[in-house]
Amino acid sequence: MKDQSHFSSDRRSFLKSSGHLVIGFQLFPALAAITGFEDKSACETQPVADGQTIDAWIRFDADGKLSVITGKMELGQGIRTALMQMAAEELDVPMNRVKIIIADTGQTQDERYTAGSGSIEGSGRAIRNAAAEARQYLLNLAAEKLQTDVANLSVKEGVVMSSKSKNTVTYQELVAGKRLEVEVTGKAPLKEPASYRLVGKAIPRDDIAQMAAAEAYYIQDMRLPGMVHARILRPPVYDSKLVSIQKEQIAKVPGVLKLVVNGNFVAVIADKEYAAVKALEILKTNAKWDSKPLAVLPQNLYNNMLETASAPKVVEESGGSVPAKDFTHEAVYKKPYQMHGSIGPSCAIGLWKNDLLTVWSHSQGVYPLRKTISDLLQMPENKIRVIGVPGAGCYGHNGADDAGGDAALLAMGMPGKPVRVQWMREDEHKWEPYGSAMVLSVKGRIGAAAKIDAWNTEICSDTHSSRPGGNAGHLLAGRHIAKPFTFKSGGFSGGSHRNSVPLYDFSAKKISLRDFYGPLRSSALRSLGAYGNIFALESFMDELAWKAGEDPVAFRLTHLKDERARQVITTMVEKAGWGQGRGEGFAFAQYKNSAAYLAVKAEVSIDKAAKTYQLTKLTAVIDAGQVINSDGIINQTSGGMIQAASWTMLEEVKFDKTGVTSTTWETYPILRFDQVPHTEVHIIDRPGEEPLGAGEAAQGPTAAAIANAIFHATGSRLRELPLTPDKIDWEKIS
Amino acid sequence: MAELITIKVNGKVHKIEADPEMPLLYLLRNDLQLNGPKYGCGIERCGSCMVLLNGKSQPSCVIPAASAAVYEVTTLDGLAKNGRLDPVQEAFIEEQAAQCGYCMNGMIMSAKSLLAENKNPSDEQIRQALNRVLCRCGTHTRIISAVKKAAAKMKNS
Repeated sequence: MKDQSHFSSDRRSFLKSSGHLVIGFQLFPALAAITGFEDKSACETQPVADGQTIDAWIRFDADGKLSVITGKMELGQGIRTALMQMAAEELDVPMNRVKIIIADTGQTQDERYTAGSGSIEGSGRAIRNAAAEARQYLLNLAAEKLQTDVANLSVKEGVVMSSKSKNTVTYQELVAGKRLEVEVTGKAPLKEPASYRLVGKAIPRDDIAQMAAAEAYYIQDMRLPGMVHARILRPPVYDSKLVSIQKEQIAKVPGVLKLVVNGNFVAVIADKEYAAVKALEILKTNAKWDSKPLAVLPQNLYNNMLETASAPKVVEESGGSVPAKDFTHEAVYKKPYQMHGSIGPSCAIGLWKNDLLTVWSHSQGVYPLRKTISDLLQMPENKIRVIGVPGAGCYGHNGADDAGGDAALLAMGMPGKPVRVQWMREDEHKWEPYGSAMVLSVKGRIGAAAKIDAWNTEICSDTHSSRPGGNAGHLLAGRHIAKPFTFKSGGFSGGSHRNSVPLYDFSAKKISLRDFYGPLRSSALRSLGAYGNIFALESFMDELAWKAGEDPVAFRLTHLKDERARQVITTMVEKAGWGQGRGEGFAFAQYKNSAAYLAVKAEVSIDKAAKTYQLTKLTAVIDAGQVINSDGIINQTSGGMIQAASWTMLEEVKFDKTGVTSTTWETYPILRFDQVPHTEVHIIDRPGEEPLGAGEAAQGPTAAAIANAIFHATGSRLRELPLTPDKIDWEKIS
Repeated sequence: MAELITIKVNGKVHKIEADPEMPLLYLLRNDLQLNGPKYGCGIERCGSCMVLLNGKSQPSCVIPAASAAVYEVTTLDGLAKNGRLDPVQEAFIEEQAAQCGYCMNGMIMSAKSLLAENKNPSDEQIRQALNRVLCRCGTHTRIISAVKKAAAKMKNS
């Protein structure tokens, strides 16, 4: 884990190093900024460099260590290892000589959010190019030293050898005594995939060993000297106003240092964590709030969406015109609000010291969070440093940024003291921004030769992104303080219609979107709208296949030209079999219609007497282009399927007029071991293609495959998530 | 209010001045600075805070520290012996049975408790024994493999 002393000693060792090679863009301003750190001993007293000037991607030191520098965050997806693998491969150094520095506005460049399965495609590509540049530079130095041409050189484990003289020189020797700064030209040649020794392999993640050995790894494990503990009293419902609070009662709790009441933002700070927890319990009973009931309730949610959403805007219209009527089939699919449901509630630490605010956070975007805290506190960004430290898996925009805002606000009132904010389970369940409810109305026509010739989808959804992005109104603290910031919707980004356009060849397609302002807070949940859209699209494909009297897999293949798409499907059939029994369901998608291809087969068994079903197995075939770490892809895909199965079979945020009532794991159950299916993942590796992110490809297809399997097993077509057994017509089953 | 609590954790006796009602979890994490048991739900529904009480896995987030003092407490931090990780820890690393890893404490401690009683558990018995512990990343299938591997390791050692 990162701590201050570690950070500064790193810096010092860098500056006093006996030699280094830094690869990045516009390095000279960056080095000027770094020089500013030189005589400062502790991180919190150091000036903060401007993000634009911190732009090194890799650094090679004379001690032989290669540092990979990424603005992306480790979220449990294994990105640290994959990025180190890419750099080590390009330079031909062993993995044990590589380390990585992640998301920190004081050390890494601004790579916005770690989201959308984009880390390999974005950061990975930059790191690979920088490593190639370093290799080229080092080989030129080696050629000079060994008095030969670069073409005669080979590298093994950081040792360069001339094929002529057989003389060698190590990278370390080449760098020793020099301070080399090289800019990325983008012209350095990349290694041929055929020569890869590390990329594509299942290199184990070293952080898993740290976790298993109970080392301090998570932000929750950070213990700073003099740290104090805060708990936040959230209002009962979104727009509640604080009427009164009995401050005297809290002051009597031993260990309480401070009660903060700032408008509707209430927090207690204590010297010991349990004192803060106890004080919070008392606050909950003695605070009086004026609450407006929620206007829309679950029983009329979907109708309300359709009645109040904006007029449709066309997302895509292609091919011939889609008819107004004469569809073969029409269906409406519904998805409720669903949670990220992080196992570890959000946490952050803030420290205001020597005119600099440091915030440790498990945010997915340290730079956007810094900008947002700057807005919240009306303080310049260069006085704020946000350091990313891993938390529990977040799967999108959960409470992490909000907790960062809480810690920043509270730290400003406790100069010199690190203030640790830990959300309670109930806080995370009630206040995280959920994946939006959606209604998907789909129509299709089967024309000549049993082929679909017209398709129409109308999406109705609230936003799938309300990340902070610089606007303090997007932080709970910003909305609750006495002079509140207003929530300015960033508009309805592409998230709502992600994967709504069928990849299939239909002669006419029309997709439109209606924006809905829902009763609950919503934002980015793993795969955004793709989960709901693919659930609808791939369920409807299945429905049309049955209507046409075609096999659902063959039916899809007749509508697909894309070879890679076809191959994941045919490989799925090869590996998992098809058409062998009752209760098989299939679905396919290419994530975002531009990233990883994934086909999935779901198998369910039913117990008619008990009126239940069991999801027994999920098999996926994934093509994520060039494989970086095969085990990482398997782990992410298997996990994605199980998580999606949980969403699909069980999950729905419950609420009533008093607010969200899913406040515990009892009232928001997720999949446990007794219901988890067997999983199997097969990868199609394409070393010659660009590597693609794999973290979100399974979400949508898994949902539809389960629905399709339930239909196959029971004859009941379930179109409203979650697919609970009570929605199955058990009488229908013969 | 505060009381002197004498409690044996990971083989060592500690005397801690604390609120006797304070759940064991806070004593372990804050007073003893242990990282293994994690806060997850605070009401014994997620298993993040599992510890061994006299060898049996139990959540530590509700039981008051003073009541826990009658047991010998073992945490993930205390499983390694003579500088070598426990076979269950080794198996989890070898199987790479984690994504975010936040649940791993609960998984390993539950597996430890299971394997103490049942040297050769079936998949079904593993699922039952780990059912209290929630994993949100969906790493369950690997975790089952890791527990089986740990059982095999313990037999061979």
